Amino acid sequence: MIKRSGYYGIPRWIYVIAAVGGLLMVLPLVAMLLRVNWPQFIPLITSDSSIAALGLSLRTSAASTVLCIVLGVPLALVLARGEFPGQRLLRSFVLLPLVLPPVVGGLALLYTFGRQGLLGKSLELAGIQIAFSTAAVVLAQTFVALPFLVVSLEGALRSAGSRYEAVAATLGARPTTVLRRVTLPLVLPGLASGAVLSFARSLGEFGATLTFAGSLEGITRTLPLEIYLQRETDADAAVALSLVLVVVAVAVVGLSYGRRRSSAPAEVQP
Amino acid sequence: MSFELQASLRDRNFDMAVSLADGETVAILGPNGAGKSTLLSVIAGLLRPNAGSARIGDKELFTLDDRTHFWTPPHLRGTALLAQEALLFPHLNALNNVAFGPRSAGASKAASRESAQRWLTEVDALDLADRKPAQLSGGQAQRVAVARALAAEPELLLLDEPMAALDIHAAPLLRRVLKRVLKNRKAIIVTHDILDAYMLADRVIVAEGGRITEEGPTRQVLERPRSHFAAGLAGLNLVAGATTSEGITTPDGRVFAGQHDPHWTPVPGQAGVAAFPPSSVSVFLGDVHGSPRNSFPVTITDLEPYGDQIRVRASSGPPAQALSADITPAASADLGLVPGMEVRFVVKSALVSVYPA
Repeated sequence: MIKRSGYYGIPRWIYVIAAVGGLLMVLPLVAMLLRVNWPQFIPLITSDSSIAALGLSLRTSAASTVLCIVLGVPLALVLARGEFPGQRLLRSFVLLPLVLPPVVGGLALLYTFGRQGLLGKSLELAGIQIAFSTAAVVLAQTFVALPFLVVSLEGALRSAGSRYEAVAATLGARPTTVLRRVTLPLVLPGLASGAVLSFARSLGEFGATLTFAGSLEGITRTLPLEIYLQRETDADAAVALSLVLVVVAVAVVGLSYGRRRSSAPAEVQP
Repeated sequence: MSFELQASLRDRNFDMAVSLADGETVAILGPNGAGKSTLLSVIAGLLRPNAGSARIGDKELFTLDDRTHFWTPPHLRGTALLAQEALLFPHLNALNNVAFGPRSAGASKAASRESAQRWLTEVDALDLADRKPAQLSGGQAQRVAVARALAAEPELLLLDEPMAALDIHAAPLLRRVLKRVLKNRKAIIVTHDILDAYMLADRVIVAEGGRITEEGPTRQVLERPRSHFAAGLAGLNLVAGATTSEGITTPDGRVFAGQHDPHWTPVPGQAGVAAFPPSSVSVFLGDVHGSPRNSFPVTITDLEPYGDQIRVRASSGPPAQALSADITPAASADLGLVPGMEVRFVVKSALVSVYPA
């Protein structure tokens, strides 16, 4: 029996529907687990192409997470605390990649940084080529992952409020000092979970990467692309690599939520 | 170095002018929504008024008019703000919270810690130095917050109801600490509590509806209140009207006879007020025959215990005006008083003080 400590007011039939929803999430994973070729598992995930893909995925995801933090923290601050015309419009555009099909994002990036693109032409003259390079992978991942960091951090900034910052300013702290010593430490849990989510989203990125960066082994072929490619020729390898991604994803989500729960603000005693 | 301010905010219907002499502590009293916190925010630079100017000595805080738009940001003002909640930075221990101001001003780590220890000692909280804010009680946190504000060495200390969130055991200790540290210091303290004004302030400003309605030395404001809010704090009934030779006459023609202030020769018709304690009011049922002076019909709005008496709150109008009478529980039971009842208040004229408004 579940020990009840209070009245929850949830009708029983809600549990039935919730169970169906839960199964929809869990059942496919179970189905995949059942298809894993366990005796060959280690050789499958340690083949040269697999190792190359996994290494590239981890490197590019780490780089795009750093880029997300560098660009996303100022964006979130400006959206949460600033006041300027077009603020709502800017927020809408920052959130757009959340709902946009990644392949559309990839096309948009191609027309921006591609050889014939908006900025690409000038970059080409300067001797810089981005499309179909590892840099393009990082850029595509940053494009789709940035909203996760901005949304997470903006929420943390809003719920923290700006009262501590006001006090810090009256104590004589310059705005940069306030940001460094008060604002960022206060929203660190939100920033951390935002970064973890961005990393996870980067790791799973497929559509924008394929469109904008292509699928060159060791250069732009990340793990999701490798899985898609292997599926055609070697289903066992695709399933084994998928399991690796699932494990990484579970670890990342667990890390993010475990952290959030443990960092819930402690009740201040009266 | 004195402090002077004049500011107005249109959308908050706020218009006040305040000045402080060097070393003076002023208490701002007033009901909720009177604009007390707005005033502190404007001084601290957290809220920009539509027009006005302020300076501390030679330092200009802001000048905003049709031609000039000069605005000093909060961190350059030297006006530390202490709010109702301590708002200690939750990720720093008490010592580092107090050291925050000196550090921000560019002092070395060692010097900041030394200064923080000195100020923690000043507020009797040195033993709390290593604790995180979550490990402090409300009173302890507020004492650390006082130390933090003082360690920033502000020219002007702003206190926004610092005792309001504390329980009745913690408030007296903080009040004693404040009394000690506010001595000879320029400070503005917003409070609801008359005791704070008595103990901490040299002067009182009463604000109502975004305007200053009364100001003066604490004692004088409480003994001779001219605003309804101050009269309420002092526990007095207050009636305004035109002065006559025997007392005052209200606009609706009621006469309050009383004792004029000595050394005051009233000009008939001059605006005046009559103040009298609730204990000078008796309650009667029905009509009272004889002199109609100091006797008028009222409607009871509330009955509540007040010490060992019953306080009868009533409104008398028009215009509706709140008046109180204190009577014994026995008398209340005898008369069968209930809210909504129409009775008659009779005031002893010997206990009515009449003075200019």
